[in-house]
Amino acid sequence: MAFINLENDLPGIRGPMAYSPETGKALNELAEILLHDDNNTLTRGEREMIGAYVSSENNCFFCHNVHGAMAQHYFECDTQLIDDIKKNYQSAPIPDKLKALLSIAGSVQKGGKYVTTQQIEDAKSFGATDKEIHDTVLIAAAFCMFNRYVDGLNTWAPQDRQVYIDRAKMRAEDGYANMNLNK
Amino acid sequence: MAHINVPEGVPGIRSLVMFRPETGKPLYELAQVLLRGESPLSEAERELIAAYVSNRNDTMFCMMSHAAASRHFYGDDKNIVDDVLKDMPQSGVSDKLKALLHIAGKVQILGKEVTPEDIEEARKHGANDREIHDTVLIAATFCMFNRYVDGLASFTPTEPEIYEEMGKRMAKGYKAPNPEGEEIRH
Repeated sequence: MAFINLENDLPGIRGPMAYSPETGKALNELAEILLHDDNNTLTRGEREMIGAYVSSENNCFFCHNVHGAMAQHYFECDTQLIDDIKKNYQSAPIPDKLKALLSIAGSVQKGGKYVTTQQIEDAKSFGATDKEIHDTVLIAAAFCMFNRYVDGLNTWAPQDRQVYIDRAKMRAEDGYANMNLNK
Repeated sequence: MAHINVPEGVPGIRSLVMFRPETGKPLYELAQVLLRGESPLSEAERELIAAYVSNRNDTMFCMMSHAAASRHFYGDDKNIVDDVLKDMPQSGVSDKLKALLHIAGKVQILGKEVTPEDIEEARKHGANDREIHDTVLIAATFCMFNRYVDGLASFTPTEPEIYEEMGKRMAKGYKAPNPEGEEIRH
């Protein structure tokens, strides 16, 4: 049970977002631009994967399942690949550029100062642009916020992972901005 | 030097928001609602939570600027800010604020670190649901801002006077800088 009375039964971040709609609106607008907006040279799948990976590192069950399922939907792959990337992206069959970006995201998860010039150079050598590096860092940082919001208030999360997979298509179509939290 | 090509000489998050105004907009809206919007916590207290978390994350830019904003709001009691940053449990803030700062410190480590006992302690000293919510979200938000600023190695001024001016400006509200350029304050 959540630590505070959220006045609703919604799972994960949707609970506190409905409790505090003004902050919820800003949070969802941020998610929309970072994860769903198509004016981006990183694919939606890559961006969701960065969010899922950071959430997995932060041990946030709700977020790593929601965004892992989103990445799975966009990649059109099975859950196993998503789990393999979360567990050990270095040995997963994904492009070197995405590996370099996940490495940066992993450093951000520990703390901003863990990101090294070498990591940035590696990402650039595989073709990452400044904007892609920017978005990687901000997505990783944003999930360090989302994860703490979800777990710091002890919100509940469905334990059946299929629930998250079943919802991914709807979220991909609707996006995050002006999200109907009850849907 | 920053890891990416952001405007030179512009400090901290402002340089990043000028580089990418599309994400800057919701970030500044979030700061405005959380730190200046309606809350049972005072603006001084909310800025103090932000400075406290930034200090624990060792992010000098955010710590210095939000400490300056908090000092501005505390006015004659401004020394309380530095007392909290130096040794929170021994500082002169109320037991309620100490309990909330303790929760913020747990959130800084990770969300799951917050225990029912931490929440109970805050309630015992009069904290309500809204105050606990706002504390957790401010702490979580600064775990983002701090990583954003440090993860891209943005420019951090070292002169205290610069932050004092910044604190005064921040007290008036959070508005994203003009991406076309801004007056550089030195």
